[in-house]
Amino acid sequence: MRPFAIFAVTAIAVLSSGCAQRTPLYRWGEYESLVYDMYMRPGKADPTTQIAKLNEDIERANAEGQRVPPGLHAHLGYLYYGQGQLDAAYEQFTIEKTLFPESTVFVDGVLARMKKQ
Amino acid sequence: MSRISRLLGLAPVLLTAACATMEPHDYTAYREHMPRSILVLPPLNESVDVNASYVWLSTITMPVAERGYYVFPVAVVDAFMKDNGLPGPDEMHSVSLQKLREVFGADAVLYVVIEDWGQKYVVLSSNTVVRARARLVDTATGVEIWQGRADFTESSSSGSSDLLTMVISAALEQIIDSTADATHGVARQANYLMVYDERAGFLPGPRSPSTDAGDSR
Repeated sequence: MRPFAIFAVTAIAVLSSGCAQRTPLYRWGEYESLVYDMYMRPGKADPTTQIAKLNEDIERANAEGQRVPPGLHAHLGYLYYGQGQLDAAYEQFTIEKTLFPESTVFVDGVLARMKKQ
Repeated sequence: MSRISRLLGLAPVLLTAACATMEPHDYTAYREHMPRSILVLPPLNESVDVNASYVWLSTITMPVAERGYYVFPVAVVDAFMKDNGLPGPDEMHSVSLQKLREVFGADAVLYVVIEDWGQKYVVLSSNTVVRARARLVDTATGVEIWQGRADFTESSSSGSSDLLTMVISAALEQIIDSTADATHGVARQANYLMVYDERAGFLPGPRSPSTDAGDSR
């Protein structure tokens, strides 16, 4: 059995054992797979590839009326920052803060440091 | 009635009561300091597999976020700390709660120690093992609000094909695990079980739609 199948089955068992069926809060897309790849298989997740895949995830989530998971916009912002695309980075960090006010302190700190450069 | 038979008689009751009200875990401090946001640091690694920390880190966001918490972007946090002179998990775990709260605005920090990780070969099969201990600490007070374990062993010889007939959920069929790394999938399961454990897992967080935060148990 493939690891994915085992995972999915277990996860369903776990998720559905809460007595009530629940629908996911977020559309996860490639986000966590990219995090895995950037550490374990960096050749598969260079910044350009990550940026393309995450933007695709965002478009799909929007098209399907689903939410983007916490951290994804900030992760994308960080990638843009690394590429020197400061306007795009600023935009993504700002979206993160708008969607998740819990990130305000961190995002404001990042934006302040970006402005100094 | 002998103790054994009394125990056996009780077992089905306990098993079926899992959906109702069982609370062996003390959630008092957790409820008092219900976090909205959780900062996950790369785990300390006591295992011999040098990759364990970062494979684990790539499997924790989904369960915690789906449970109803804001999870800071794990890779960005890691990169940010490395840029600021903290080269690895050991150094990151030594940063004060006060500093973490100041920089990230995190309500709680999830500290994890990986104890065992990887494939173990026994006579006719191999086991893939993930074992870790975890604690969640309130950044404002330093109070430990939860502690638990992420343990899972997958045996190559034991199939769970009966479970395969179960319906596949919408969120999880999105995840296509194309990696040949068995620990990746096992870490996912371990973390799901840790967060969603009926009796000892995380309480539903503020973004959980099903309940008011912390009131479901």
